[in-house]
Amino acid sequence: MSQHRAMLEIHALEKRFGQTEVLKNIDLKVREGELVFVIGPSGSGKSTMLRCCNRLEEPTSGAIMIDGARITDIPRRDLDKMRLKVGMVFQGFHLYPHMTVLKNVMLAQVKALGRSKAEAEARALDMLDQVGLKHKADARPSELSGGQQQRVAIARAVALDPKVMLFDEPTSALDPELVGSVLNVMKDLRQKGMTMLVVSHEMAFAREAADRVVFMDGGYVVEQGPPEEVFGNPKSERLKAFLSRVSGTAAA
Amino acid sequence: MRFLETFFNPAVIGQYLPDIIAAMWVTIYLAVATVLTGVLLGAGLACIRAANLKSVNFCIIVFADVMRALPPLVLILILYFGMPSVGLSLSAEVVIWLVLSSVLTAFAEEIFWGGLTAVPAGQWEAGRATGHSKFQTLIYIALPQAVRMGIPPLVNRILATTKLTALGSVIGVKEILSVASSAQSFSGSATPLTMAAIAYMIIFIPAVIASHWVERRFSYKM
Repeated sequence: MSQHRAMLEIHALEKRFGQTEVLKNIDLKVREGELVFVIGPSGSGKSTMLRCCNRLEEPTSGAIMIDGARITDIPRRDLDKMRLKVGMVFQGFHLYPHMTVLKNVMLAQVKALGRSKAEAEARALDMLDQVGLKHKADARPSELSGGQQQRVAIARAVALDPKVMLFDEPTSALDPELVGSVLNVMKDLRQKGMTMLVVSHEMAFAREAADRVVFMDGGYVVEQGPPEEVFGNPKSERLKAFLSRVSGTAAA
Repeated sequence: MRFLETFFNPAVIGQYLPDIIAAMWVTIYLAVATVLTGVLLGAGLACIRAANLKSVNFCIIVFADVMRALPPLVLILILYFGMPSVGLSLSAEVVIWLVLSSVLTAFAEEIFWGGLTAVPAGQWEAGRATGHSKFQTLIYIALPQAVRMGIPPLVNRILATTKLTALGSVIGVKEILSVASSAQSFSGSATPLTMAAIAYMIIFIPAVIASHWVERRFSYKM
């Protein structure tokens, strides 16, 4: 996919929380339609990096570009518009518990994007259909399983037609038997050409579906490449050590 | 027979029933005005507090603490008997409405604010990440959840505060207790006080039942 332009670019990204340096010097490019997987030990800064990409976390320094437009030093009032271009899926789903599933998928379309209610509803139903949950449109989030809630959360983000989707450990809070349904929705999205940056521990899924795997440790990108390279022929000691620690999942 | 004669004297009932009914309307409109003002202002102050402006929040906290600490009767007496000396004469009804609304505003603000702080951070992040402004996230996502969490304590507080309309009897508002106690003095019978008790129950028992309905209607599992 190297002929495609970069949809998300991170240059020399640094993030400090007080004295703690979480991201030291991150450079990363995600091309249009590419699915990039980020792996690494906990505390390596994966989630923080992801959260810098829609500025839920303020970078300390460095630049981030979405579709060629710099998002790191835009004024606060332009943040909301920028975030429409960057969808995010959280480990904890964070559906709105006081609304039906349909309203969850409609809210930002109407309030943030300015679509008409009819248009938003049609799109929401279409999105719910795509994640296999159209029949749950009138249910409350609490009536859904974790896997179903996460699929609704994906529908809610994708309904806004983002340029990039960020996934922050989307299956870590799920029972093992529910993981597959969420991964299938993500595979579907990839086939439709969505650009995706995924932080996850689903090594088997990374092997199968990722275009590129990025290994982060200690606030740096240590190694990256196609999944077969990263998993089959790790170069750095740190990646070898990490893979052997998680080998239960990696070998699967 | 002595008991019925004392508390349920038919002649006294007949004589004072129209007065008591008129007084019920006064109690009802004071209560409704207090609830509307107190709940709306309380929600408004909680939202303003969410904007996190230091000096503004300081004022809100001082207001809420003072209003919750002072006995409402003290405020009522100060406003009704004290303010005319500095050139501000308020009618007795306005004083009751002002004091009870302020007290309810203070409690409602604290209840809604408690609810807002209990809304998980992830809800705010989900709202902001989908392009809502901070204000939109507050109004459409956080506040509705805060209100639902606050309904049980808020209903209790509303009932407690609206019953304090009886304090109007101290400054001559023609509400239920005031009318009943002057009727009791004139007639020498305790019957008007029984009528007052029944009148309060006619107003507040349906309110309590309605509050159960509201609590059920707006509850949901997280």
